[in-house]
Amino acid sequence: MSKRLRNILVPIIAILLGIIVGTIIMVASGYDAVAAYTALWNGAFGNIYYTGEVVRQVTPYILAGLAVAFAFRVGLFNIGVEGQFMVGWLASVWVGLAFHLPKFIHLPLAILASIIAGALWAFIPGLLKARFRIHEVIVTIMMNYVALYVTNYIIQHVITNNADRTPSIPDSASLRSPWLASITDFSRLHWGIVLAIICCFIMWFLLEKTTRGFELRAVGFNQHAAHYAGMSVNKNIILSMVISGAFAGLAGAMEGLGTFGYVATKAAFTGVGFNGIAVALLGANTALGVFFAALLFGALEVGALNMPLAAGVPNELVDIIIALIVFFVASSYLIRWFIERISKKGVK
Amino acid sequence: MSFMEVLMIIIPSTLLWAAPLVFTALGGVFSERSGVVNIGLEGLMWIGAFSSIVFNLTFVHVFGNWTPWISLLAAMVAGGLFAILHAVASITFRADHTVSGVAINLLASGITLFLVKYIYGKGETDIIQKGFSKIDIPVLKDIPVIGKLFFQDTYWTSYLAIVVAFIAWYIIYKTPFGLRLRSCGEHPMAADTMGINVTKMRYLGVIISGMLGGIGGGVYAEAISSNFSHATISGQGFMALAAMIFGKWHPLGAMGAAIFFGFAQSISIIGSSLPLLKNIPDVYLLIAPYVLTILALTGFIGRAEAPKADGVHYIKGSR
Repeated sequence: MSKRLRNILVPIIAILLGIIVGTIIMVASGYDAVAAYTALWNGAFGNIYYTGEVVRQVTPYILAGLAVAFAFRVGLFNIGVEGQFMVGWLASVWVGLAFHLPKFIHLPLAILASIIAGALWAFIPGLLKARFRIHEVIVTIMMNYVALYVTNYIIQHVITNNADRTPSIPDSASLRSPWLASITDFSRLHWGIVLAIICCFIMWFLLEKTTRGFELRAVGFNQHAAHYAGMSVNKNIILSMVISGAFAGLAGAMEGLGTFGYVATKAAFTGVGFNGIAVALLGANTALGVFFAALLFGALEVGALNMPLAAGVPNELVDIIIALIVFFVASSYLIRWFIERISKKGVK
Repeated sequence: MSFMEVLMIIIPSTLLWAAPLVFTALGGVFSERSGVVNIGLEGLMWIGAFSSIVFNLTFVHVFGNWTPWISLLAAMVAGGLFAILHAVASITFRADHTVSGVAINLLASGITLFLVKYIYGKGETDIIQKGFSKIDIPVLKDIPVIGKLFFQDTYWTSYLAIVVAFIAWYIIYKTPFGLRLRSCGEHPMAADTMGINVTKMRYLGVIISGMLGGIGGGVYAEAISSNFSHATISGQGFMALAAMIFGKWHPLGAMGAAIFFGFAQSISIIGSSLPLLKNIPDVYLLIAPYVLTILALTGFIGRAEAPKADGVHYIKGSR
């Protein structure tokens, strides 16, 4: 069996296993699995409103997935997408509120602010990794919490006077479009999806078609070899974290300028960053894979909201299925071993 | 408000908030000393909190005043069982330890919230009738000054946590089992050569971490939150992870760091009632544990080094 086919087969088998175990859980707890999956499908694609919502949900997932995937390709695990996402969200709204400019300057400026905020937030763990060899996982986890509390503080005490959410941004900084809303029966769909797809292309082009991308991947494959070949490992580590953070920050702008149009204080994480890890893993860290994985998870998350009403099944079931998919992709050694056994039997 | 009165507010509150962190951080020490990175501590606390509350609500009529303690045992067993998933994925199936830990966290929150809705038909459980409550420790409370500060209005669980930390130190540093456990985290091939079953030791490390993480979650739920909802455990597991690193992967260090983080947490909650701290925005106290951890890793506060083979798969026969 060719390597390419196997690489596609692993995530598909992982998805199937996740759904099978999810079904077993439902049946074991006495729920109607068929009704649940029907409700899930209808909740995602049953009418044009839901589909618009799915695309809206997919937008930040694509970008968060790209952020995780980009760092992965350079051998780094950016678990801090969640924090970079939150500072990006805050920065975009802040710029949206602070200026009064014509749309063709204001909107790009607000988007740029989110990108820079996310990139800066990721620059710190990148620098610490390059300079002190500190594992980026720990630093980014800690940075997530710092981001959570600092953004809450800024929202409550700097932007507003003790309010729990900022005012809504003016139209000149908004990604929303009456046209997109009207063709999807007034869902919160916005232009961000176009940016997300462009970013998929940028990631593919940057990694596969440029010298810089070759260097980044080389560092990911083998730091020592890359160093021996005269590449600066430290520079590439920092650069990859900055680019990864930029994607994550942009994902924040999708929520700040598109879906919500404001930023509110949070008691806990949004989960977008952690779902980004799931998306990147399932998408095998490629741009195209991330796109499809985000589509799947976005549809699952939005469709799940219909499950309690239509089938009486708690929507947390979908979180279980997503977790199981991550679990099975991570344990792909098992799946690969299994495929190997079967394909060997075929040869005999 | 006199200094003594301030201390009488701060110390019991610190010990209360520190106890779950101490247990969970010790769990992290066991897992990472055996060579398995465990960022699933958060998820294990979810499981512990959930199972202790459900057990408590279900069996409170049977066990009466002993319910919280027996619920804690239930949380321990549930955490240990759940940790087996992490062990299977990261040791046997060679999953990336961090990814598997993320999956554990996602799975734990998904399953517990699903079950809460399945069992109780709503998003959160009822408040438990018998939780851990404040006690005065007999005899010790009569010591002048110290007795008042440390042994009045306090919780048994806080002292249990400290005792367990010393037991963990003894086990890891003074027993053959501990030496074997540490050798698997430092140099598994050497350990294997000496006839130590690396896979078995690592499974044990992860399962013990699950049991302690479960207890940590149970203590938090039964002493602090008194019920279980989506917001019960929000970051305590990661804070325990930070405590473990800040404590340099050493049981007593982890305990000290956890107590310090408990102090920061309690200050951020009760700070507004203290004259000195009234004017400091609580955001500084909220982020203190995390910033300090980063500083500890950079070497500004004594360099923290992980076990050599932490997070590295041991595959027999490979070099």
